[in-house]
Amino acid sequence: MSKKEPGWKDLTMSGIIEEAGNAQKFETGSWRSDRPIWDKSKCTSCLICWIYCPDSAIMLKDGKMVGIDLQHCKGCGICAAECPVKGKAIHMVPESECELV
Amino acid sequence: MKIVGLTGNDAVAEAMRQLNPDVCAAYPITPQTELMEKFASFAADGKVKTEIVLAESEHSAMSACIGASCAGGRVMTATSANGLALMWEMLYIAASYRCPIVMGVVNRALSGPINIHCDHSDSMGARDAGWIQLFSENSQEAYDNTIQAIKIAENPDVLLPVMVCLDGFITSHTVERVEVLDDEVVSRFAGEYVPKYSLLRSDRPMTFGPLDFHDYYFEHKRIQFEAMEKAKPVVRDVSERFSKLVGRPFGVLDAHKMEDAEIAVIALGSTAGTARGVVDELREQGKKVGLIKLRVFRPFPIKEIVELARGLKALAVMDRSISFGGLGGPVFGETRSACYGAGVNVPMVNYIYGLGGRDTTFEEIERLYGEMETVAREGKQVDAIRFLNVRE
Repeated sequence: MSKKEPGWKDLTMSGIIEEAGNAQKFETGSWRSDRPIWDKSKCTSCLICWIYCPDSAIMLKDGKMVGIDLQHCKGCGICAAECPVKGKAIHMVPESECELV
Repeated sequence: MKIVGLTGNDAVAEAMRQLNPDVCAAYPITPQTELMEKFASFAADGKVKTEIVLAESEHSAMSACIGASCAGGRVMTATSANGLALMWEMLYIAASYRCPIVMGVVNRALSGPINIHCDHSDSMGARDAGWIQLFSENSQEAYDNTIQAIKIAENPDVLLPVMVCLDGFITSHTVERVEVLDDEVVSRFAGEYVPKYSLLRSDRPMTFGPLDFHDYYFEHKRIQFEAMEKAKPVVRDVSERFSKLVGRPFGVLDAHKMEDAEIAVIALGSTAGTARGVVDELREQGKKVGLIKLRVFRPFPIKEIVELARGLKALAVMDRSISFGGLGGPVFGETRSACYGAGVNVPMVNYIYGLGGRDTTFEEIERLYGEMETVAREGKQVDAIRFLNVRE
């Protein structure tokens, strides 16, 4: 355990988190065993993956799909399963076959 | 102030009416049922602003209490025995979330075989859940403890839940003379609860009870330990302030005729009342005996007990619960451990008594003091565990 972690006197009682939305700081990408690979050419930006993603890892710009946030994606594969495009615009690949993020 | 005849259950309900909690989630169980029934009638008659939540189990009742407390409300409830056992998981959560919930625990034996009468196995089993525990000798003290409990629980340095324990049937169903304070006096004493955190504050969203792993959980438990330590001076302070208010003495314990005592008994709950009578009678016979009535079991008054035990020739510790496979009951274990650490090697005997409501009479306790005279005379440690009034 890192020595930089705060001691008990510097923490809030019962671990209450006083700051809203700080789950973003907790990167869960390392939990992933399968990685979603996005094929931009097939994607219609229907945003079904964005609706289904339990980790808010589908990144949008101006209402269009622009990629997947691999720092937070846990690799559940729901996006790939739900993608309605024929031939799928997202498919899952084992992390062992991918380049390191 | 008025003087009225109240059962222990009535007395706690009356204190709850005066404390006017925001939420009370509960489930009925003998012998607590009349307590909540009485309080629910106050709510139905518009005498309190309390929202009553009739849950489908004690687990749900405590869960609702925790939610309401995290939302920033003053929360109270009550239960007994198996009901307390069903709350088990939530008891720990209430304490660790630092919810200042006050709960009447009308002490009853845990099954089995099933038994609805008094012993302390329910609250003693929950002694490590992180709740402050006050024990009441009679209806008056059940009333007094309930008012003090809210003041202790809601103290910003403490913020821990409190159990107000009273003996099932013996206290809960016996009408006794009770001095009831005026409503305004109680409201002024208790004050308004100002929560440190509130889930209802939309301008300040926050998370209660997040996932807490090996890297932080331990530190959070250390903070919780500190809160219980801080409760010690707060309990003393609230006791003193309440004493001034009512003109009757209160402390973490009551040392009765202990000044020159050579033999003493530690007891809590209604039995302390019986033992007090025995001490007074034995004193008339010139015997140097005393009584230590424990009012606060958690946090355990280590220093105070050691102080009183020092210089005794024999000490009997009465436990109305049993620890199978352990070294005596919970009160004995704490007492002997405290004394050993302070180098006080007084011969000490644990009397397990009154399980499942077994009557513990004046004569039984008189006999106990007699046995302790022998222990004092021999002046050495003896077989530690004895069963009072069990048939061979």
